Amino acid sequence: MSIYQPPADWFKAPKGGERVWIGLALTWCMVMSVAMPYWHFYGKQNSTGESYRVTPAEYAQRVGKFIQTNKVGEMNGMPVVEPAPGGDAYLQAQMWLWMPILKLRKGQTYRLHISSLDLQHGFSLLPMNMNFQVLPGYDHVLTLTPTSSGEFSIVCNEFCGIGHHMMTGRIIVED
Amino acid sequence: MTTTVSGGGDVPARAPTGNHPPSMVRTCDTTGLSVCLTSQRFIRWHAVTAVVFLLVGGIGAVLLGLTRWPAVHLLSAEWYYRVLTLHGLDMLIVMILNFEMAILYFAGPVLLNCRLFSAKMAWVCFVMMLGGALMLNAAILSGTSDVLMTSYVPLKASPWFYLGIILLAVGTLIGVINFLATIYIANRDHTYEGSLPLVSFGATAAAIIAVVTLIHGAVVMVPTWLWSMGIIPHIDPAWYRMTWWGLGHMSQQVNVCAMVSVWYLLATMTTGAKPMSQLVCRGAFVLYILFINVASAHHLLVDPGVSAGWKIWNTSYAMYLAVLASMIHGFTVPASVEVAMRKKGYDRGLFGWLFAAPWGNPGFSGFFLSLVIFGFGGGITGVVLGTQQINIMAHNTLRIPGHFHVTVVGGTALAFMAVTYYIVPLIFQREFFAKGLCRLQPWLFAGGITLASIGMSFAGSYGVPRRHWDVDFTGAMFPVSFDSGAHAFLGLLGVGAVIAFTALLLFVLLVVAAVFFGRSNAGSPMEPWHEERQSGGAITVDEHRAPGTMALVVVFLVCFVVYYFANWKWLADVWHVR
Repeated sequence: MSIYQPPADWFKAPKGGERVWIGLALTWCMVMSVAMPYWHFYGKQNSTGESYRVTPAEYAQRVGKFIQTNKVGEMNGMPVVEPAPGGDAYLQAQMWLWMPILKLRKGQTYRLHISSLDLQHGFSLLPMNMNFQVLPGYDHVLTLTPTSSGEFSIVCNEFCGIGHHMMTGRIIVED
Repeated sequence: MTTTVSGGGDVPARAPTGNHPPSMVRTCDTTGLSVCLTSQRFIRWHAVTAVVFLLVGGIGAVLLGLTRWPAVHLLSAEWYYRVLTLHGLDMLIVMILNFEMAILYFAGPVLLNCRLFSAKMAWVCFVMMLGGALMLNAAILSGTSDVLMTSYVPLKASPWFYLGIILLAVGTLIGVINFLATIYIANRDHTYEGSLPLVSFGATAAAIIAVVTLIHGAVVMVPTWLWSMGIIPHIDPAWYRMTWWGLGHMSQQVNVCAMVSVWYLLATMTTGAKPMSQLVCRGAFVLYILFINVASAHHLLVDPGVSAGWKIWNTSYAMYLAVLASMIHGFTVPASVEVAMRKKGYDRGLFGWLFAAPWGNPGFSGFFLSLVIFGFGGGITGVVLGTQQINIMAHNTLRIPGHFHVTVVGGTALAFMAVTYYIVPLIFQREFFAKGLCRLQPWLFAGGITLASIGMSFAGSYGVPRRHWDVDFTGAMFPVSFDSGAHAFLGLLGVGAVIAFTALLLFVLLVVAAVFFGRSNAGSPMEPWHEERQSGGAITVDEHRAPGTMALVVVFLVCFVVYYFANWKWLADVWHVR
């Protein structure tokens, strides 16, 4: 009875079905524990959390310079920027836009820097459904390789005030 | 044919005597337990507060569900985020903590045949919790604190918002200390013999985790409160997230512990079940205490500021021992019911015991549905979403609330509703009206919340964000649209929310009617929820054999493995990232 005192000799090893199930469950937990380190070394999708301290003002300056150097056009008044393949790309999150629009090449690897100038934001790439946290004061670096081409959307998925739902951006990937 | 409450006929002779002052104790006419009248009062107060805030949070829930249903889109953006803040805090903090406090007053003084350590502390706890809750609700509804439950800095709320949470946390801490002190004096005065009853043991595990949780809460909320008044210039957002989740995630483990204790309690009360191996059940509770803290890491799996090594280490070994604990309880609870039912003569086939179980008893159906929903829904999704790399496809999408609405609502809240069908007759000593509706209520709630969670989980797998007013992105500079499948699942969320809210409202009405107008049963046992039918009389069975439960948990494990590897497969198809 769970609500009365247990028998005095309750400290006994499990038997029968209980023992079998504990063994099965523990084995499964071990499999799952191994899966993550395995994927870290052999899988292609990992969140390593590479990041550096940066003040919002410094970050805005870097983004400005990046846009100035690599701008190739405009869309709805937003600069479209094409970084060198294998190079650094910068994305700036602020209430309520993602700047600039990035033009990438399929199969090329970029060091994509993301940071926020104000609140916390959430980088969500659609329809890929890849999601990363964006914090002010932290330059979050994703070493990213697009494996498909087309026009992709960025939406914000961390609440950032009343205009949160209007915070969208674009990544264009060419073959 | 007998009509006693199952388990009621098995009252042990109480050799040790209680330490209650004269006239401050009564003997329960149903269970034979000595009920400390001071504790009884606080069980009542906290239960009533919990039900009131359940209603407030529930009204919030249906408004949110109807806003996320794109075809309805009820609230304005401003009110959506305001109600979302209110719903999260009233349900996850105010309602649940009050319910847990009621459970502590039961599992400590009542089960241990002991007086409450301090009535004054209990009053301070209650007043601070209620005051904090009212302050919090006022701050949110005044429109100065639209920061959502997590209040991630540098998003800033009014100082009253943080102070309300601090009062709630400190009040709760005082109540928890009162509970632990009660166990101490019960032990000192020998009001019970041997080891703690299992339910008290589980409640103690919950209390220990609660202390650590509430300390995290103080460490994060006090500086943030000072920052909101301009006294501290800066709070680091990464530090805030890590410490806040020490409160936010661990409090869910308090809920799990309390819920599992309620499972064991109701298994005993409704079927006379007793644990197969006390050592296993207790060991699993100890695993919760030891290995859950670091699980707060799985809210930071795609964050900057913490390394891959930190993320993997803190999600795997330790988290999986806590997962092991839940998998153990998921076996031992139904297995104990199976053995109890077989003993009563329902020994036919694999599942004869299950079909013969008292499904018309809301205490039984509520707890068993809670167990199934928590395990199959919440458990599997929780582990998968909390896998470091898979989290890339889940972080901040609707998959997350899809997961925790089957743990904390379909699991914890439903278990608490189920136990209320015993709290009202045993502690308020009032009988329910409309027992047919009572029997229906857990099924309706379980169905509604399961539909809502399925809607959220599947919409989230399209990438639909959580905490988001408009999936059509009206007014955005660059239009974004989701697949029509995502819209359909958001509709399912809305329908599920309406059904679950209907069941919640029914629950509140039934409880309020019983508490205020129900027939008093003082002096006699409560009316049983189900007639105890004997199937050819009691028989002797092997108490360590539960083949039906074994079959069920193997099905569970297969679902788990398939869902787990399917997610790795989906992950392998997205862009490469390091």
